Amino acid sequence: MTSSQHASYVRTEMLPESPPPLTESGIVKWVKENLFSGWINSLLTVVSLYVIYVCLSHIIPWVFQSVWNAGSLTECREIAQEAYGHTHGACWAVIKERWHQLLFGFYPQDLYWRPILAFLLMFVALAPILFDRVPRKLLFFTAIYPFLMIWLCWGGSIWGPVCAALGFVIGYFTLITLEKVAGSLIAIIGMFVVPVMWWLYLSGPVSEMLTSTLPIGLQAVGSKDIGGFMLSFIIGLSGIALSFPIGLLLALGRQSNLFIVKSICVGFIEFIRGVPLITLLFVASLLLGYFLPKEVTFDLIVRVIILVTLFAAAYMAEVIRGGLAALPRGQYEAADALGLDYWKSMRLIILPQALKISIPGIVSTFIGLFKDTVLVVFVGLQDPIGFSNLIRAATEWNGIYWELFVFIGACFFVCCFSMSRYSMYLERKLQTDHR
Amino acid sequence: MSTTYDASEPSFRLSMLIYDTRYRSLTIQVVAFILFMSGIAWLISNAYFNLQDLGKDFDFGFLGSRAGYDISPRLIEYSNDSTHFRATLIGLLNTLLVAFLGCILATIVGVIAGVLRLSNNWITARLMTIYVEAFRNIPVLLWILLFFAFFTESLPHPRTFKGEDPESTLFLGSIAFTRQDAWIPAPIMGTGSNIILIIFALSLFAIWFFGRWAKRRQEATGDILPTFWIKLAIFVLPTLAMYLVLGRPITLEYPEISRFSFDGGIRVKNAMLALWLALSLYTGAFIAEAVRAGILAVSSGQTEASFALGLRPNRTMSLVILPQALRVIIPPLISQYLNLTKNSSLAIAVGYMDLRATLGGITLNQTGRELECMLLMMLIYLIVSLIISGAMNVYNSSVKLKER
Repeated sequence: MTSSQHASYVRTEMLPESPPPLTESGIVKWVKENLFSGWINSLLTVVSLYVIYVCLSHIIPWVFQSVWNAGSLTECREIAQEAYGHTHGACWAVIKERWHQLLFGFYPQDLYWRPILAFLLMFVALAPILFDRVPRKLLFFTAIYPFLMIWLCWGGSIWGPVCAALGFVIGYFTLITLEKVAGSLIAIIGMFVVPVMWWLYLSGPVSEMLTSTLPIGLQAVGSKDIGGFMLSFIIGLSGIALSFPIGLLLALGRQSNLFIVKSICVGFIEFIRGVPLITLLFVASLLLGYFLPKEVTFDLIVRVIILVTLFAAAYMAEVIRGGLAALPRGQYEAADALGLDYWKSMRLIILPQALKISIPGIVSTFIGLFKDTVLVVFVGLQDPIGFSNLIRAATEWNGIYWELFVFIGACFFVCCFSMSRYSMYLERKLQTDHR
Repeated sequence: MSTTYDASEPSFRLSMLIYDTRYRSLTIQVVAFILFMSGIAWLISNAYFNLQDLGKDFDFGFLGSRAGYDISPRLIEYSNDSTHFRATLIGLLNTLLVAFLGCILATIVGVIAGVLRLSNNWITARLMTIYVEAFRNIPVLLWILLFFAFFTESLPHPRTFKGEDPESTLFLGSIAFTRQDAWIPAPIMGTGSNIILIIFALSLFAIWFFGRWAKRRQEATGDILPTFWIKLAIFVLPTLAMYLVLGRPITLEYPEISRFSFDGGIRVKNAMLALWLALSLYTGAFIAEAVRAGILAVSSGQTEASFALGLRPNRTMSLVILPQALRVIIPPLISQYLNLTKNSSLAIAVGYMDLRATLGGITLNQTGRELECMLLMMLIYLIVSLIISGAMNVYNSSVKLKER
């Protein structure tokens, strides 16, 4: 040992660390590995760069060499010609002048605070559902939000929505009182029958009476004035809120052992999934009147919401059925072995797991539903695309396409993309297995 | 004694229908059935009385009467003297045409995008992510309108193709994309072209037989033939040889600029092109996600195991990864094909004459029979959907894992 320490060919101190070769570190290494690791990869890089160049070289001048202040398309072109020497730039003036129509339709301008308030309150109502750190007491607000939204958007007397909401309260108290007096079965039947009786016969006169004695209300706005993104939100939100419970029931029905219930559910789901939404919307606008008694007439928006809800519910049912089928058989057997009845085993054991599995599918069904709300333009409702047609029909904006499409597309993209990001967050949060 | 006997086997009581699990399911089903049937009966009776009040009847006889309108892309013989039934058929064929072409293009686009999204190339993967997210999060109707606006607003006018030194030229020297419509070369079938078509069909059969024979041979002897190249040769060579021997009987007629637009060639509606491209790219984004999920679902251990067995990368892909990935990919692929077929009804936005435009559009407006037209149209869409999903399910069961 000692001899080796003094041998001249043995190094006594460590060499300083030398940096790695230039091609094996930092950005050069990254580029080499990620962009030029082989001839296929290099080719892909070159092609991608070319595609990006072509896109950006068209889009950037269009977006930035644009006109923001003009009264018409011709004026836009004149200004662009003076400023940039060409007329290829965008004419954002149309958005600046007509954004309120794209967002609110023909809603009276001095009442815009109502839909905006409803939109902001939507986040308050959604917060306790979306994030579990929000206080649970807010769920009470979530329950009254639908009625509040309808009242804010359509206006009119406050007693109409209040009486409609009272039906649910009445149903709840009927259930509680009858359960003590007459047993659960009669209570459940009563829970459905009594509120329906209330809505059919009593709520109308009661709300009229209250309106005449205590006239609290907002200025009424007709359905024909509701349009643009506001309409998309109303239809999409109602469809999402209503289609989930219906889809859940349909999925349970389809998975049940009861033959007749199962057949009805399968028939309904397959029928709805087999036809395009647009035919169902035509059913809403053309045929629903045939199948209902003459005295019953709905607003077109309500009819469309009903059909959109049924459409989304069938897809929802299939997504949830996938989750139910993916659960191991042992979970069902374990729930039975614990002595739980059907609804308890579903509520406590099966559905929490099945719904967790089906979150991505459920959210993409929601996204699909929200995107599909633009189809209502074909039955005469004025959604953003309907308004883009209307704006183009005006003489001053005749021939303007891209700016409107970009604006509408961007709005939809923001909504749908944030929904899909939320679903990824939820999946991560609910992940219980260790990976 | 008799009392204990009675207690052990109680007689039937009415309350048992609800509280005894043996009878309860029956009760629930009977109640559900009665409610369902009475609901249906209520709807039908409403429809009956409403029709009676309007003085209408429920009759499909209008399908046999003269339609009196023109349909422009038509795959089979049709004139405005044809019946409404014939018009419906034309519409159905147009729907199927765009759906079929769309499914093919969407599959190609989707598979390429899905695979590229997983590639090592950072920039290509990001580009594909942008494509997928952009198309998945924006309504398909907007894409259709966007493509249609591009075709009708941004493409050159036919008159710019005119003159000695025209502003616009034919794409690849053979296709005219204009803002009116597109013109593509039309094949002219000369004498003897039937023979070439027959030879081509025979060579397809030969490829199929060769594939089966090569597989059996491989299973018996273990020898692997270069099947791809042999199949390619069978696909190309006989037809090409016959084509040259017969003196090129099939020629192409190119579109020629005439006074107002183009003559010759086949005129393809811009509406159809826009619908086809928009639907394909939109559905392709969803298929890309399905393909990506399918490939990711095959664990990396499978790749490593097949490398350990000494398989080359391309055989690993075709024998190990793809068969397992296909099982995951095919069910969502089926629903995407169905979605594309149903979304083709958005042809209403661009005026392409599909089933909705003929039966659910002009026929409905001419005859005023909303009930019959809409029900028939929904029935046809339902049948088409069921056929597609049935056919794809047969294919799915042929590739899925065989379990005992």
